[in-house]
Amino acid sequence: MAAFAADSDLLPPSGTPHRLRLSGEWTAAHAGALEDLVDKTGKTLAGRNVTLDLNEVTRVDTVGAHLLDRLRQDIMDSGGATSIEGARPEQSILIAAISKDERIEFRPPAPRLNALVGLVADVGRGMHSAWTDVTSWVSFLGSVVASAGRVIVKPRNFRLTSFVHHLELVGLRAVPIIVLIAFLVGCIIAQQSIFQLRYFGATIFAADLISVLAVRELGVLLAAIMVAGRSGSAFTAEIGSMKMREEIDAIRVMALDEVEVLILPRMLALIVGLTLLAFLSTMACLAGGALVSLIYGGISLDVFISRVDYMMTMDNFLVGMIKAPFMALVIGLIATIEGMNVEGSAESLGIRTTASVVKSIFMVIVMDGIFAMFFTAIDM
Amino acid sequence: MSTNGTYVDRGAPPAHRDAIIRVRDLAAGFGDRLIIDGLDLDVWRGEILGVVGASGTGKSVLTRAIIGLVPKKRGTVEVFGVDLGEASLKQTLAVERRWGVLFQHGALFSSLTVKQNIQVPLREHANFSPRLMDEIAMVKLDLVGLKPAAADLYPSELSGGMIKRAALARALALDPELIFLDEPTSGLDPIGAQDFDELILTLRRTLGLTVFMVTHDLDSLAQACDRIAALGDKKVLAEGPISDMRRASHPWLKAYFNGPRARAAAAEI
Repeated sequence: MAAFAADSDLLPPSGTPHRLRLSGEWTAAHAGALEDLVDKTGKTLAGRNVTLDLNEVTRVDTVGAHLLDRLRQDIMDSGGATSIEGARPEQSILIAAISKDERIEFRPPAPRLNALVGLVADVGRGMHSAWTDVTSWVSFLGSVVASAGRVIVKPRNFRLTSFVHHLELVGLRAVPIIVLIAFLVGCIIAQQSIFQLRYFGATIFAADLISVLAVRELGVLLAAIMVAGRSGSAFTAEIGSMKMREEIDAIRVMALDEVEVLILPRMLALIVGLTLLAFLSTMACLAGGALVSLIYGGISLDVFISRVDYMMTMDNFLVGMIKAPFMALVIGLIATIEGMNVEGSAESLGIRTTASVVKSIFMVIVMDGIFAMFFTAIDM
Repeated sequence: MSTNGTYVDRGAPPAHRDAIIRVRDLAAGFGDRLIIDGLDLDVWRGEILGVVGASGTGKSVLTRAIIGLVPKKRGTVEVFGVDLGEASLKQTLAVERRWGVLFQHGALFSSLTVKQNIQVPLREHANFSPRLMDEIAMVKLDLVGLKPAAADLYPSELSGGMIKRAALARALALDPELIFLDEPTSGLDPIGAQDFDELILTLRRTLGLTVFMVTHDLDSLAQACDRIAALGDKKVLAEGPISDMRRASHPWLKAYFNGPRARAAAAEI
């Protein structure tokens, strides 16, 4: 298509004025070809005295006007001069509005760092942010404890409605899914352990294995991971979007404490909710184990219960349950801190919510390990 | 440019009437509740139409029904001669490339810088070299009166007025023939609002834009708009230049265009 042309062949010697006849549509639709043409012509006519004749130009839009401007700048920068002739009134207005005294500098994107340097820099940034994470967790924990202290002194400031609401969301609503998952995991553990123990004729000990595992580790761990994914992410998203819309700022300027209003009820709901869920999840895990032991291992319910009764000492039970409130505290801390760190963009909300879930699940497992070492050390 | 008592250069009002938007017997609303019902409206090529009305009379619903964000219950909407109710997907997309929309709160993409925001339509609908794309983004920024330094800021770092300007630059990215402005001057200080009005007039002069503007700003109505359509009773109550509006007999129009604020706005012209 010959929608445009700039004919300037048979160049006379430099010094004489040139007339550059432009024609066709100077619009965004032909931007690629026009840009090539402009750059080529700009080089050819560098340093000359050029009159741009727009008589045959049918349409100009901002892209065309800008490219005309670029052509003029190219010629003038190389010591030439330009003038425009034959532009229709609306074209001259547009060209005048687009053309600028200063050239727009095109900065190509900054070259990437050397891959190795980049890697080291990334690792450094990662370590630094891990450290700031830890310090911010500690300082935030401090402000939560301080606010809890204020509420204990003045219990009327406690947001009971909010606490109950969140307890329902965190605890009650999570019961079906957590019970189901724990039940299924109990079934799987039972099936696998019966299958392995059968070689030694020790099928009956599957019941011991399941009860210790469920009571000490699996019940609380499954509940905590599920709550971190379900409620931790929700808290981050809620608090994050409140931060984005300045609702947190509104709470602050009304002489309210955002920790007391928003975070304390959520945190307490998590602590109470997760402890109850951990218990339910343990029971569901045992029930799943009992069912598979009965069907697959031929261990009657009486026998299973008597083994569980023998193995599930108070020590074992406490070791499991005592972890739940600590895990809830960590999940709540991470979720609210990540929420508070959300900035203006939708992207940052997504990043923070992801970080909240990943970090809290990671910390739940790390804490489980620390507790395991601690309880071994005190012979529990 | 325009201060008290000076003549405001509004550019050429349309010489011949050529309907760029033609709305006939339009009904739209939420659920069973119709906000507008049996509304007729024409927007002529090259004019700046101001749409006014009390809260809840359906200014936003009308705008959103024309641009297709609210499904209409009845009636026809023709833009650039294409009936959007009957048009194929391809025709609709072609029409959508020829208009720009400035949302009330800007609706800039929060994870992109101002420059990247302006480049979104360029990237998606045109085939520009990276250099040209950068330059065009800067040209548009300059056109709406933003400093080059604003190009690399994120929307959360902009002031209210800058957001409106950046959003306008994005709406203008593909040189639309028609632009919808939803309360462009709300939330701006009076000087910022006046600048914005002048900007719209300049753009109309240079780019030959047609403007469909929802506004509550009496100064904007008086200074920038060629014609005003007042909504009420689910229809267009009255349309015409502001002088007609001041003579209108409908009680709401009387209160609106002859109230103390309107008289103050009129005194400035």
